[in-house]
Amino acid sequence: MKRGIITGVLILICFVLQCTVFRILAFGGIVPNLLIVLTASFGFMRGEKTGLIIGFFCGLLVDIFFSDVIGFYALVFMYIGYTNGKFARQFYPEDIKMPMFLITCSDFIYGFICYLFMFLLRGRLHFGYYVLHIIIPEVVYTLIVTIFLYPVILKINYHLESKEKRSAKKFV
Amino acid sequence: MSPVLKRKGEKFTLPSKYLLFILTIVCLLLVVLTFNTTIFSGPLGTVAGYVVVPFQDGLSKIGSWLNDRKEELVEIRDLLAENEKLKQQIDDLTIEITGLQQDKYELNNLRELYQLDSQYDEYDKIGARIIARDAGNWYASFVIDKGYEDGISENMNVMAGSGLVGIVVDVGPNWAKVTSIISDNINVSGKVLSTSDDLIVSGNLELMKEGVISFIQLIDEENKVVEGDKIVTSSISDKYLPGILIGYISSISEDSNNLTKSGWLTPAVDFEHLEEVLVITQLKQTVEEE
Repeated sequence: MKRGIITGVLILICFVLQCTVFRILAFGGIVPNLLIVLTASFGFMRGEKTGLIIGFFCGLLVDIFFSDVIGFYALVFMYIGYTNGKFARQFYPEDIKMPMFLITCSDFIYGFICYLFMFLLRGRLHFGYYVLHIIIPEVVYTLIVTIFLYPVILKINYHLESKEKRSAKKFV
Repeated sequence: MSPVLKRKGEKFTLPSKYLLFILTIVCLLLVVLTFNTTIFSGPLGTVAGYVVVPFQDGLSKIGSWLNDRKEELVEIRDLLAENEKLKQQIDDLTIEITGLQQDKYELNNLRELYQLDSQYDEYDKIGARIIARDAGNWYASFVIDKGYEDGISENMNVMAGSGLVGIVVDVGPNWAKVTSIISDNINVSGKVLSTSDDLIVSGNLELMKEGVISFIQLIDEENKVVEGDKIVTSSISDKYLPGILIGYISSISEDSNNLTKSGWLTPAVDFEHLEEVLVITQLKQTVEEE
């Protein structure tokens, strides 16, 4: 219950930051993708199920405000969360390389899927341009933000987990 | 052991594979449903409006405050030097103004005679503030802080200063989503003011960074359209009101079919630094399709 509320608040904070403060402080009109960082990191920290649920809600929020159809971003984020959950077994809190790598891949794939379904299908064929000017800058900027955001998420998760373990012990 | 009826203590848990499958179906259904209808945008928009919009409103204020401070620091040195120069200029200009004021009285009188009103006074407008911008980097849409409670409805035109910004595509009780004309999925039918030739103004992500919009399908057989010509919204559009300034032609070239022309135009609005917009509450009159 507590985990649900805290995660919900975290999603809300990331979404609101992404489309207000970061929009105004954007470098060259590019904003980092905080929601991907959130989805991916909960994916590999907590497993497939948490990843896909958080992805679903992150995507839904983006859908309601900024998409023509509801469900597209929800689907993309959900699969990213689920796929990251597959790596939960290889996850150690001390290791920063794998999370960075996974988040980078996730954001790149997210960008690629967006291009595929929203631009290529409308006949915009300059793939190289979109990679160089939209996807890569977004990945780099996201990576920089990850360095600051990821430890925070890790700490919140650690805190929640240790509390859950304690209350679980009480009942046994 | 059945994967669905797995026992974990006494709680029933659904394996993530199945959850993924179910949610995928839900999402696909939603995509199909919302592609054709607008049943969900009402209730979802209302919920989102009360949960998210207050935060966006507050935070975008903080964001613009931060940005203002940042710019202030940079500008303060330039401003001091400029101040000196400007003071000198004020003196010169005061003398000039006195002369101009006399001309202005004359002009006003003449205008009244010709009954020339200023350009867009005929439309009723509501001012609104931008509180959030697109969460991704692919389109250029934004959310404003007025919704249907303030009298805004879908397909209303949005302006800033003297130029067209975009169109309202979605409304909640206290927010509305505006897609701007530079967005990649938007086409506006316009015309060249001087020759009344029709053309299509089509947003393009590749050109967005350069601050121009592309236009296509300009039929100009007499080669009269030149760079610098004004482009306004055309009267044949079914959503945009006629005669709103879109921008000025910055380059023009003939298409390979030798019939039409295409090129770039510089928008009249500075999309990078948009903060307040005006929503025209008058909708384009359309013929009811029965």
